[in-house]
Amino acid sequence: MSDTYLGMPSFPQAKASTRDTRLRANLTHATRTIRDKRARAVAELDDWAQLREAGKRIKDRTLRHLDDHLVQLEQNVTAAGGTVHWAADAAEANRIVADLVKATGEREVVKVKSMATQEIELNEALAAEGITAYETDLAELIVQLGEDRPSHILVPAIHRNRGEVRDIFAAKMGEWGRPAPEGLGDSPAELAEAARLHLREKFLRAKVGISGANFMVAETGTLVVVESEGNGRMCLTLPETLISVVGIEKVLPTWRDLEVFLQLLPRSSTAERMNPYTSFWTGTSDGDGPRNFHLVLLDNGRTDTLADEVGRQALRCIRCSACLNVCPVYERAGGHAYGSVYPGPIGAILTPQLRGTASAVDASLPFASTLCGACYEVCPVAIDIPEVLVHLREQVVERDGPGHRTERAVVRAGSWLLDHPAALGAVERWASRTRGLHPRRLPTAVARAWTDSRDLPELPEAPFRDWWRKSR
Amino acid sequence: MRVALFPTCVNDAIHPRTGQAVVALLERLGVQVDFPAAQTCCGQPQYNTGYRRATEPLVRRMAGAFAGYDHVVTPSGSCTAMVRDNYPRIGAKARTEGRGDGLARAAASLVPRVLELTEFLVDVLGVSDVGAYYPHRVSYHPSCHGLRMLGLGDRPRRLLEAVEGLELVELPGAEECCGFGGTFAVKNPDVSAAMGADKVRNALSTGAEVLCGADNSCLLHIGGTLRRADAPMRAVHLAEILACTRADPTGTGWATPRARSSA
Repeated sequence: MSDTYLGMPSFPQAKASTRDTRLRANLTHATRTIRDKRARAVAELDDWAQLREAGKRIKDRTLRHLDDHLVQLEQNVTAAGGTVHWAADAAEANRIVADLVKATGEREVVKVKSMATQEIELNEALAAEGITAYETDLAELIVQLGEDRPSHILVPAIHRNRGEVRDIFAAKMGEWGRPAPEGLGDSPAELAEAARLHLREKFLRAKVGISGANFMVAETGTLVVVESEGNGRMCLTLPETLISVVGIEKVLPTWRDLEVFLQLLPRSSTAERMNPYTSFWTGTSDGDGPRNFHLVLLDNGRTDTLADEVGRQALRCIRCSACLNVCPVYERAGGHAYGSVYPGPIGAILTPQLRGTASAVDASLPFASTLCGACYEVCPVAIDIPEVLVHLREQVVERDGPGHRTERAVVRAGSWLLDHPAALGAVERWASRTRGLHPRRLPTAVARAWTDSRDLPELPEAPFRDWWRKSR
Repeated sequence: MRVALFPTCVNDAIHPRTGQAVVALLERLGVQVDFPAAQTCCGQPQYNTGYRRATEPLVRRMAGAFAGYDHVVTPSGSCTAMVRDNYPRIGAKARTEGRGDGLARAAASLVPRVLELTEFLVDVLGVSDVGAYYPHRVSYHPSCHGLRMLGLGDRPRRLLEAVEGLELVELPGAEECCGFGGTFAVKNPDVSAAMGADKVRNALSTGAEVLCGADNSCLLHIGGTLRRADAPMRAVHLAEILACTRADPTGTGWATPRARSSA
């Protein structure tokens, strides 16, 4: 269990994914199904473009005054009986949560699916303190039981088909609690029932619940979780203590702002008009729900991201994962190739900003895109992902990131040539005249990257500029 | 109306026939075009790979080379998008970095005059039937930058549908990227090749002889994949289809100087 999310392979290992026919088939089937459903759900609304623009503007306006909104949120959560903790980074957040759990005397917690807690690797940190965290979202359960890593924001086990899920349930449920029923089949109903029975005893026993939140409303101190399975509702209401770890960018100024996001999110993520469960809670209430509520506000690189005028738009993200489902690179490379709990296009701009680009994987992420723009087109808060990718590429190149030194020399030489048309013409002419000597496949690594799968074009007799000069 | 041709560096060096086709097509439609020799490259490969500063001299060069023309026509959606979307950004960043507003002004002077070929034909000339003849079964791949950044919409389709003899067949998954992506093609060759293979499989499923596109950089990738597979299909730029006529159905006359003695 403790090695979940560790040992992420680097993006270059996407090579293996492209050759894994089962993974490719699972991903192609799943992403295309949800992609088409989303397109239909969005097409139902005449005012989608305006909603999208509103979502973008509300987030931008909120981020510009983030400090004020957070202080207001803290005041209102506190007034409602909650306790607010501020965590500058993952280590601090994990420390706070572990201490809060230990203070209850409990050794087990149930979890609502949460990207923030995965980002900080909370489960591993709790395990190191002798605390077991049970994931209760069906797909997260599959990932946890399978000692696997999530590969999608919304459907973390998207890389598994139901035959694989059946095998994982049959083999592993018994190690974690109630075993899978004898002779478990792989029909969705049977798998869901096995998960329901397995999780039920966890819900009923747990004294501590841990969640994230999709939104936080500053004016009332209210937190919001949007989900499909009802496991979130169980975790948010049954335990005595609820601890929510939420990124600071999740705050919204007013209750009314939810009107926009509760339309944008379900249609973009699960392609539903409305998600099945939307839970709101404001501090604590006597005789109803948890008696203790703690909110851990997580920075972990977000303030630095906010300081970047181009890159900050990534903080608008509402984690719908529509960009993953339309991304041709994600579909073929798979989520694990991104080396982060945030895969796909949004991961390629979020991870390098939250973590920096010191490692080879993180430095490769901004380049893991053809800039085809499909992600930007579907993003419900209009994050111009291609723009941010190019902006981050510049940062990697400027910092002389791994593998960019030779490239920079080539670009410099090319820039000189392209600023001297006569010299460019001479080079083009020379290339054309020697075309009979060009081999069909080239030996160097960069050239092989092209010629391993594609023929090189045949060069013309002469470049266009020569033809033009002679023909006039 | 002074019209300049920006064939793009790719077509200049590798695929001059596309540039020749644009010249033949536009002259047939009564438009005299010029090729300012000071032009080189819009800088897209450098910019999209992270070398913004290396692109700046090219912004100035493009603005200078095409000064004084009413329209700059280019047979490339991605190069048009580079100028339209990114030149203003390059200018704005230079200004933010305290290096004056020269680049921003250069960009602003050029951007509104640069048009992708189908925009020029449909929006400026107001034609969709260009009098072309191309008796082949053709499928059309709308490259990403033309499709999503420029919003070319149905312009290419309208032009193709009006071509005499041409049978246009739907490309499954048409809006999906072919996997070229500039330097992506060599930085992530496995994913690029996997996307290319899927694009080619979809294209071949149409039974068309020709896969038409409006961006030769994508067609280098798709065409190279087709040739590697010895597939019974060739990749052809839209301009080369539109330039074909009953009198010259294979474009043999495009390259000969006599076709344009007016200059």
